[in-house]
Amino acid sequence: MSRHIISDSSEWTFPLLERFDREIGHLAHNVFGLDTYANQIEVIGSEQMIDAYSSVGLPINYHHWSFGKQFVSTEQTYRRGQMGLAYEIVINSDPCISYLMEENTLAMQALVIAHACYGHNSFFKGNYLFRTWTSADAIIDYLVFARKYIASCEERYGQAEVELLLDSCHALMNHGVDRYKRPSPITMAEEQRRQAERADYIQSQVNDLWRTIPTFGDDGAPDDDARWPAEPQENLLYFIEKNAPLLEPWQREVVRIVRKVSQYFYPQRQTQVMNEGWATFWHYTLLNRLYDEGFVNDGFMLEFLQSHTGVVFQPNFDAPYYSGINPYALGFAMMCDIRRVCESPTAEDREWFPDIAGGDWRKVLDFAMRNFKDESFIAQYLSPQLIRDLHLFTVRDDDRAEAIEITAIHEERGYRTVRQALAEQYNLGSREPNIQVFNVDRRGDRSLTLRHYRHNRRPLGESVDEMLRHIRRLWGFTVRLEGVDDNGRVQLLGEL
Amino acid sequence: MSHFIDRRLNGKNKSAVNRQRFIKRYKTQLKRAVADAVNKRSITDVDSGEQVGIPSKDISEPVFHHGQGGTRDQVHPGNKDFMAGDKVPRPEGGAGGGSGQGKAGRGGKGEDDFIFDLSREEFMDLLFDDLELPNLVRNQLVGSTEFKSVRAGYRTSGAPTNIDVVRSLKGAVARRTALGAPHRRRIKEIEAELEALRARGVAEDDPRVLALRDELDRARTRIAALPFIDTFDLRYQSFVQLPEPTSKAVMVCIMDVSGSMDQARKNLAKRFFILLYLFLKRNYDRIEVVFIRHHTIAQEVDEQEFFYSRETGGTVVSSALNLAYDVLRQRYDSSMWNIYAAQASDGDNWDSDSVVCRDLLAEKLLPLMRYFAYVEITPRQHQSLWYAYQEIAGAHRHFAMREIDGPEDIFPVFRDLFKRQPA
Repeated sequence: MSRHIISDSSEWTFPLLERFDREIGHLAHNVFGLDTYANQIEVIGSEQMIDAYSSVGLPINYHHWSFGKQFVSTEQTYRRGQMGLAYEIVINSDPCISYLMEENTLAMQALVIAHACYGHNSFFKGNYLFRTWTSADAIIDYLVFARKYIASCEERYGQAEVELLLDSCHALMNHGVDRYKRPSPITMAEEQRRQAERADYIQSQVNDLWRTIPTFGDDGAPDDDARWPAEPQENLLYFIEKNAPLLEPWQREVVRIVRKVSQYFYPQRQTQVMNEGWATFWHYTLLNRLYDEGFVNDGFMLEFLQSHTGVVFQPNFDAPYYSGINPYALGFAMMCDIRRVCESPTAEDREWFPDIAGGDWRKVLDFAMRNFKDESFIAQYLSPQLIRDLHLFTVRDDDRAEAIEITAIHEERGYRTVRQALAEQYNLGSREPNIQVFNVDRRGDRSLTLRHYRHNRRPLGESVDEMLRHIRRLWGFTVRLEGVDDNGRVQLLGEL
Repeated sequence: MSHFIDRRLNGKNKSAVNRQRFIKRYKTQLKRAVADAVNKRSITDVDSGEQVGIPSKDISEPVFHHGQGGTRDQVHPGNKDFMAGDKVPRPEGGAGGGSGQGKAGRGGKGEDDFIFDLSREEFMDLLFDDLELPNLVRNQLVGSTEFKSVRAGYRTSGAPTNIDVVRSLKGAVARRTALGAPHRRRIKEIEAELEALRARGVAEDDPRVLALRDELDRARTRIAALPFIDTFDLRYQSFVQLPEPTSKAVMVCIMDVSGSMDQARKNLAKRFFILLYLFLKRNYDRIEVVFIRHHTIAQEVDEQEFFYSRETGGTVVSSALNLAYDVLRQRYDSSMWNIYAAQASDGDNWDSDSVVCRDLLAEKLLPLMRYFAYVEITPRQHQSLWYAYQEIAGAHRHFAMREIDGPEDIFPVFRDLFKRQPA
């Protein structure tokens, strides 16, 4: 058996990496049936890794001070040894780009190849959110376009001006996402061609919208009591890009770029548990298989298992270093649990998961990976067994009550409550404040009214004033933020 | 199917631009931090990078997020003895309760300073920023030492003006000799063979002789075809930059530490001393600094005591000048040392002492000095010392005096100094 062993050393070399990639790729594609984009694996040093971190993981991005801040802070914590760097960064593109860090040992490189190049990669290619919302083949091109465009704006209009605009756009980044419409994928050449057309067109549209002569309805009276937009708009950046009265065409394009980048990350924010769980599950499965087939020795496995257990460690709620649920731990546990339900279901599993109990785990996992996001994945697949294993419980914190209440624990009558609460915890819609464009006073002072719809009476944080300043900078006229409570009462939160 | 790329040799500083922008944006906060840092460190140590911190709340990027309050349900792992329906007192800090709103870390480490490693250039830039130094001077201060070109042998590439003719021609001779050698050897052989044939009485038009003669001609042509000089032969004189060796200087810092000099004034004086130190450092290899502080009596002290201990009492400036004179006479021979002095004071002096100071300076100290700068840090009316010094200011070109209200006034004091320095 030992004649198969790829290497006894912990030093990596390019031929060894290629060998590992070949074996892991063979297992992933031919034995386990993973479908992936082609891989582009880049070996970089730790400083380059910090560079990659600081442009939010993108290999190329426009310049902005906030990335510099990120860089400085990452560099600091790394230098002081407070934080290890991630072993890898992987980019949802076609080919799928993964970064391996030079300092890793051979075992770590193999882990990263299995985790990123086959785990994440197949998730990017298969999951419906990524398929719907991102265009893996176009993203790098688009970023090149964005970088060039913003650089040309800086040349023409001054760096300070562009920076102010980007600051404001970044502040609204999480509110610059289309949740229900598919954006069309286009390449850079196409993007550049369209850009010029778009600038002219949008400007003409905006001017039309803001004509100063009032229009009259059929009955001859000005129809100014109608709200506009007729339906509330939740994509604030999109609304601003299309309708802000004073923005120049280039400013609209910059808003659009930020919006596109935000859109690109939208699926990642919704599939953290699944994505990491999936990748972790596969590196675990693939490397164990390598071991079973005698490609790696015990030392390799010990090193791999040590870092694997570190990654999936879940401290209890009362541990001093507890900081919420570890997405790697939860995701990995759920993936393994699904496999267990398929391979050796108990009576309870048969009752809860009649569709999948005893099924082919590869097919079941593949289906789960393709068709869910964190919220629905948990709501669908979190099993009573796992709730017991993790000792999950729900806590309700109501500021009107004296004490916090334990609402459900890992017992028969609590399973559904726990599962629902955990799923809700990963619902972006309830994690982020729900703020929508409610009205624009088109005939009067052109003021913009936003509404925050409160959920469970949760108020907005202290950043409201600063945020209003940013929105006002984009909109150019008075901006008003109103809060709507659970009973529909409206209250003014701020005006600028 | 997979494609490996080694990117390790690519540039590391992809984020340099972003970092610069970050610094630019938070310049005011950084400047404050740099000023604090300067006050903490020693004059002779000022010429390096520094870690500075700025409060992280000043550099936040706002987003809309949920605040405290309302009702929220959280799922936690690791239940031990809770039952459904238990009421638990709300924990402080919210480990079990209200933390984790999807923005982990926002509440926890919000107050930490954001620590920054500034490079030497960045640090100096911020330090000099409000001194209103002209760019040239700033560059001179920040820039490295003067360099001198020194010959360092020969090289095979360079500018045409640096071609060394003799050396190149020597190379050409060697090349021609080396490349012609086989042909010459062959010529010798052919001539020997011809000689042998002739000795045996072979006729001149014998085909063997003709063939040999033919070959002889060819070999001679080959030798003639060797270029006289080739680019391969060219040698250029090589020059390296060596730091210009300079001599040594001593800098005497004299400061009034009577009660009226508060910490703010001392810090201003410190900036002034730092600037002088850096200026000297650019010009001299070795610098020694003498700190003399005085109230009614003068003392030579170390830097720490110089800037940070306070005394009260009257002021007799001449005591310090006398001490400076003694120190210089005993330890720093003016023929070996370039002597600079800077005096900072709030202008207070015991009345009849000012005339003594003036005479002391004009007769004893100034003849030894390369430069003497007097700065008066006072918002009030000038007093006797200022007027006494004014009398000698005109007569001595290497004496400068200024009044300083704020940091931006420090530079003008140096202007004369820089002007006279034919660098």
